[in-house]
Amino acid sequence: MTDTTAHVAFPQSRTCPYHPPAAYDALRTERPLTRITLFDGREAWLVSGHATARALLADPRLSSNRDRPGFPAPTKRFAGVRNRRTALLGVDDPEHRAQRRMVVGDFTLKRAVELRPRIQQIVDERLDAMIAAGPVADLVSAFALPVPSMVICALLGVPYSDHDFFETQSRRLLRGPETTDVLDARDRLETYFGELIDRKQQDPGTGLLDDLVHRQLREGDLDREGLIAMALILLVAGHETTANMISLGTFTLLQHPERLAELRADPRLLPAAVEELMRMLSIADGMLRLAVDDIEVAGTTIRKGEGVVFATSVINRDETVYPEPDTLDWSRPARHHVAFGFGIHQCLGQNLARAELEIALHSLFDRLPTLRLAAPAEEIPFKPGDTIQGLLELPVTW
Amino acid sequence: MHIDIDQDVCIGAGQCALTAPDVFTQDDDGYSTLLPGAEDSGSPLLREAARACPVSAISVSETVG
Repeated sequence: MTDTTAHVAFPQSRTCPYHPPAAYDALRTERPLTRITLFDGREAWLVSGHATARALLADPRLSSNRDRPGFPAPTKRFAGVRNRRTALLGVDDPEHRAQRRMVVGDFTLKRAVELRPRIQQIVDERLDAMIAAGPVADLVSAFALPVPSMVICALLGVPYSDHDFFETQSRRLLRGPETTDVLDARDRLETYFGELIDRKQQDPGTGLLDDLVHRQLREGDLDREGLIAMALILLVAGHETTANMISLGTFTLLQHPERLAELRADPRLLPAAVEELMRMLSIADGMLRLAVDDIEVAGTTIRKGEGVVFATSVINRDETVYPEPDTLDWSRPARHHVAFGFGIHQCLGQNLARAELEIALHSLFDRLPTLRLAAPAEEIPFKPGDTIQGLLELPVTW
Repeated sequence: MHIDIDQDVCIGAGQCALTAPDVFTQDDDGYSTLLPGAEDSGSPLLREAARACPVSAISVSETVG
């Protein structure tokens, strides 16, 4: 019999938006594995050690299929949509591999490089509009959300005129606040994509969805429902996560003026800075798996049927890999962080995300040398404890 | 230096090409492949790239003889 009262509750709200909650300190002293209690009172394993996380995220005995009975749910919001069909992220091999194969060619480094001029154009347009309307501005709604939304719309081949609809619905999908919001947003997005796919069958365009309609739907590799699920996950995964990194990355840089000055003095530091921000912010803080077999790891046994949660904010601060892990440092080799995950589900869009972050952060601070917060730092509202961290608003002036 | 890429395992994350761009690239389907002369490049980032692969699809061994 274990004493559940001793377990750390997961997830918890951060007190500083770029640091893990203070209550997670206990997880850092109990690496690489400890027990946690989820919102519904269920216990699960929490992975906190870097090497153990890499080994387990690559272990096929951990399933990502959230439709399996006993799959852990970190929040009520997640529990509410658990049974809905989720492509890529929510399926195991070999189905996952077949799905990833259909889109991986559109997310290569080369494609990300080719998209850079288009990303730059989108970033410049949003900055022009924000500067013309300000100062003051809410950086989240004026810049951080629309940039990745417009990039993913351009990539998928979704009409720009629909991007307001997308932003609203994907915000509801990821933030709720109620389960009914989440379900309703999902229904609306599924209906929208269904209609868009039907239109694209009649009148083909040049986006990724058009390719999928013509290659996969016609050849029978995907059915209409499968194509809708694919479109939905590409939209959701490519949108709010990147938006949160832009807004939270900006906030973190403003709170670290010396690091920002280094970056301004030498833009060649940008790629390293983006990796270090990814490590430090770990916005996808709580990746979920279910053990489908017993797994011996780190001197203990994860039993078949137990939930396993990866706290990236804790894993990416493993001091045996990252000395002084709470310090932002552009010179450290941050590359092996697990902020994009690890194993077969490692972020499909990571190269696109890196390009967006580099361009967005560089252009923002280049165009607005006097950019600063327009409210006290401790009053900036951020998302409550969930598995995707981010700012709700970021009032700035210049 | 002998470099082996298991394309049946590769997921096209692009980590190898990002880490050691003078050794690895991605083909049109997105999967990892070696650049010409890669095995003789002596890139110091080669082992780092193998370690960055999220699915351990890359193995590096010294050429014997």
